[in-house]
Amino acid sequence: MQLTQLLRNSVGRKLIMAVSGLLVTGFVVSHLLGNLALFAGQEAFNLYAAQLQQLGPLLWLFRLGLAGTLLLHVFFGIWLTLQNRAAKPTGYAINRIRSTNLAAKTMVFTGMALLLFLIGHLLHFTFRRIGLPPELAHDAGGTLDVFDMVTLSFQQGFPVLLYAGAMLALFLHLGHGLGSALQTLGACNDKFLPGVRKGGFIVALALLLGYVSIPVLTFFGFVTP
Amino acid sequence: MNLTLHVWRQKGPEDRGRLERYAARNIDPELSFLEMLDQLNGELIREGREPIVFDHDCREGICGACSQVINGEAHGPQAETTVCQLYMRQFQDGDEIYVEPWRARAFPVIKDLVVDRSALDRLIEAGGYISVGTGGVPDANAILVPGEAAETAMDAAECIGCGACVAACPNGSAMLFVAAKIAHLASLPQGRPEASRRVCSMTDAMGREGFGNCSNHYECEAACPKGISVKFIAQLNREYLKTLPKAATSKAP
Amino acid sequence: MILDNQCPSGPLADQWDNHRRNLLLINPDNKRKYTVLVVGTGLAGASAAATLAELGYKVEAFCYQDSPRRAHSIAAQGGINAAKNYPNDGDSIYRLFFDTIKGGDFRARESNVYRLAQISNGIIDQCVAQGVPFARDYAGYLQNRSFGGSQVSRTFFARGQTGQQLLLGAYQALSRQIRAGKIRVHTRREMLDLVVVAGRARGITARNLVSGELESYAANAVVLATGGYANVYNLSTNALGSNVTAAWRAYKRGAYFANPCFTQIHPTCIPVSGNLQSKLTLLSESLRNDGRIWVPRNRRDPRSPEQIPEAERDYFLERRYPGYGNLAPRDIASRAVKQICDAGFGVGNGQGVYLDFTDAIQNLGTETIRSRYGNLFDMYLRITGEDAYRRPMRIFPAPHYSMGGLWVDYNLQSTVPGLFVLGEANFSDHGANRLGASALMQGLADGYFILPYTITDYLAGTGPGRNAVTDDAFDQSRTATEECLQQLLAVRGDKTVDEFHRQLGHILWNNVGMARSEESLQRALQQIPPLREEFWNRVRVPGRSDDFNQELEKAGRLADYLEFGELLARDALNRNESCGGHFRVEHQTEDGEALRDDANYNYVAAWEYRGDQTPPRLHKETLRFDSIETAVRSYK
Repeated sequence: MQLTQLLRNSVGRKLIMAVSGLLVTGFVVSHLLGNLALFAGQEAFNLYAAQLQQLGPLLWLFRLGLAGTLLLHVFFGIWLTLQNRAAKPTGYAINRIRSTNLAAKTMVFTGMALLLFLIGHLLHFTFRRIGLPPELAHDAGGTLDVFDMVTLSFQQGFPVLLYAGAMLALFLHLGHGLGSALQTLGACNDKFLPGVRKGGFIVALALLLGYVSIPVLTFFGFVTP
Repeated sequence: MNLTLHVWRQKGPEDRGRLERYAARNIDPELSFLEMLDQLNGELIREGREPIVFDHDCREGICGACSQVINGEAHGPQAETTVCQLYMRQFQDGDEIYVEPWRARAFPVIKDLVVDRSALDRLIEAGGYISVGTGGVPDANAILVPGEAAETAMDAAECIGCGACVAACPNGSAMLFVAAKIAHLASLPQGRPEASRRVCSMTDAMGREGFGNCSNHYECEAACPKGISVKFIAQLNREYLKTLPKAATSKAP
Repeated sequence: MILDNQCPSGPLADQWDNHRRNLLLINPDNKRKYTVLVVGTGLAGASAAATLAELGYKVEAFCYQDSPRRAHSIAAQGGINAAKNYPNDGDSIYRLFFDTIKGGDFRARESNVYRLAQISNGIIDQCVAQGVPFARDYAGYLQNRSFGGSQVSRTFFARGQTGQQLLLGAYQALSRQIRAGKIRVHTRREMLDLVVVAGRARGITARNLVSGELESYAANAVVLATGGYANVYNLSTNALGSNVTAAWRAYKRGAYFANPCFTQIHPTCIPVSGNLQSKLTLLSESLRNDGRIWVPRNRRDPRSPEQIPEAERDYFLERRYPGYGNLAPRDIASRAVKQICDAGFGVGNGQGVYLDFTDAIQNLGTETIRSRYGNLFDMYLRITGEDAYRRPMRIFPAPHYSMGGLWVDYNLQSTVPGLFVLGEANFSDHGANRLGASALMQGLADGYFILPYTITDYLAGTGPGRNAVTDDAFDQSRTATEECLQQLLAVRGDKTVDEFHRQLGHILWNNVGMARSEESLQRALQQIPPLREEFWNRVRVPGRSDDFNQELEKAGRLADYLEFGELLARDALNRNESCGGHFRVEHQTEDGEALRDDANYNYVAAWEYRGDQTPPRLHKETLRFDSIETAVRSYK
């Protein structure tokens, strides 16, 4: 037996999915906690952004690790989905669902949507290639006011809708994914099993509300540049 | 009562198959679903038509032979009930009923509603046993099995191997079937020595046989006529996780 | 031919040991030169196949189901007996032996039954080692319960699914040998003929039920573990596919059929509800531990059970058998139920009595009853739509098990050398009536611990030789079998197989059922041949023989039942006494109990086939009771 058996084995591949998914979720949670600094005002938020930048190579190490994990997650997600489709070549004339839900059935789609969103989000706020509001100006030192960048962006309707839609996809994806990952990691038993599924949805809902609050509250003028 | 049936008819593995419509008339609500099909078959035979072929044997819900998807649900609408234990009083006069075979790549259709489930046997052959020969075993009370462990093992061992879990799974996965056997044997001290080899070889075999991967829809549990819990899938996963430290340090075979 | 039962002499307790000491052995390397065919994969077949393969023989196993795990042993609910004496309540090998012989109304061989009791303990050890999850107490020790016909607790159980768990144990042992390449399993195959070459069983003809092809298999020996024939009654607790075909075709090739009239009618089954019903469902006998059986004192009382006051109820088992009450042995309880229904006191459609849990629920609470019998109450609700927590269950006896079967000697070998018969398929160790939880014990004893020794002795005596299907006998067998199938298809009549089966069932149930008389048996013998003739003139079997054709399967099985049913009635007519499950109304005590006739019928009746037109010849194997005194079987 070797660790390469993980790749050949159905449960092994799912373990990779679960662990990578949970790692990325860990980032998603911390990212939200950081972003909530927006509500603490311009100064606090910009300080947070600046401190992140000061991490330097560490930040890049983290980013690369995260990107790798994510790619693993995406790759295995697609692979497993293709296998699953192949294992069920014919459906039923009438198909009645007894247990599964929209979130579970759309994992691969919400996942793809999130991947597209992520690319857009990186181009938007990290690489600043698209969607930056024209009135956003660099200050004298050539650095950008991150707080202004975010708040000005979210005064436009289209980005707000896009971000809100993406967060809905995130909700669905994690709503099934979190409980599913814990089950795959063998964390469920008689007592936890019903709770885990619900718990996953509650955490996902919290993330949805947290993330959506930023563009929505900004749009409606609760946060102003 | 009178019913309209839409039954999957397929002459053989090569035939494409189709749903055909039948009128089932004067059905006594006290009949079982399979007896209703018996009655319909009797009429087809007298009319010189080919009767519908379906698997069945014990007709008391334990042998696991019967295997029909009724109105989109494996084993029909009643919870924890095999088709053979489903009675016509569960239906209404005038109902339209769709009857289809189990669907999964690992279960090719043989004829009409009969599929080939030998893949499940091969999963057991891959390691779903304790390697003990006849004779030379200790007294039955020599190795104690705590009552709770025996109960857990029995909960899992109730699986009748009908394959409804695979039929209901959107991924055609046999996880619940394999998990039930893993959990049954891993819960007993007699099954522990081989637990890690068993979980690896059985789950490896799952892929070879063309079953899909579990993505935790839990349709299997909802369809299972014996109510086998998906907690056993978690137990399988735990058993698999336990093999990893050893796998990481061992060399390639 | 004088029937030599090969029973060893000497003290009972030493017989099996002494016998084994004299059996020939084959060295491990040479065992792989021998092939054994095992037909049937229930408890007896699967355990035998697995054990033979472990020893090193090449094994080919056959079952008509799509998986060996589905054999009907799986449906046994109650438990398995063993003389472990774990509860320290006075059990012993001798007591299990004695209870089994007495329960069988002294119509079984002492030597066999004693061996069975000796082996019983090893079976439990073996099954535990395989991972059978028997019920345990909190500390981890095995639990026991009591069962009808015994006064000690010696029954091991795995909830209400003991047969399932034992079969899965044997199936898993079988699967392990399949993986090791020692066994090939042929599923969806039905044995349709035994091939005898130079007086020895050398192979079988089997039909591939999917392709319809007839296949020949050659071997050094053939083992039949093909179950019982209770489906001859049409409605029984057996699986729909359970059949007598393999045994019957072996009978026609020279194996004697013993005691066919010994059939067991189980008292606690769900009553018949309609003409198109296909199957009777058994409710575990354990229900009788807490349920009280009664009928209204007024004939055809139209009131619903809760409206009938206590004084107007007749708890007839408690009244007639105050000692055992509702726990009287199966045959006695069944007969009492039938008698009271025949007298017009039956409930429901007249063919049923109440099994009432009202008192138990009052004394113990609904929850206790639910924990003991919840799954049975659920099953009753599913089938009848009635809630047994609120109103009494209705029960009625149903054919359940056949003690008769192919005659075998102490080595389990039939009268055809090289043909061994195990489990319910042989005429077995249960005499005229089987006690609860003894069928599983016997099937596994035969398969795990008896056949592997005795078949080795036979094989060592014959040598490996060559196994090839080239002998003319194989061609002839295939040709004859194909002709029979074509004949069935060629009738193209107007009645379905099921209709004929219902008719045969009616004849046998009414005349050769729980109570038999010379008159009723003569009637059955008059009615069966014309029905058989009508079958061959009017049956409608659609489709072809080279296809998956379930009607053709059923027709072949029924054709055999139509012949076998006559032998069953003939045997019942010959046995002019009452014993165990065989109750002749002419022979009963004043209060309606079975009256045995040891002077004239203390023998095993073994029937020899002599052609379709000639009546079979009766051979008698006299039973000797050296260690026990036969006595009147009383459960009062």
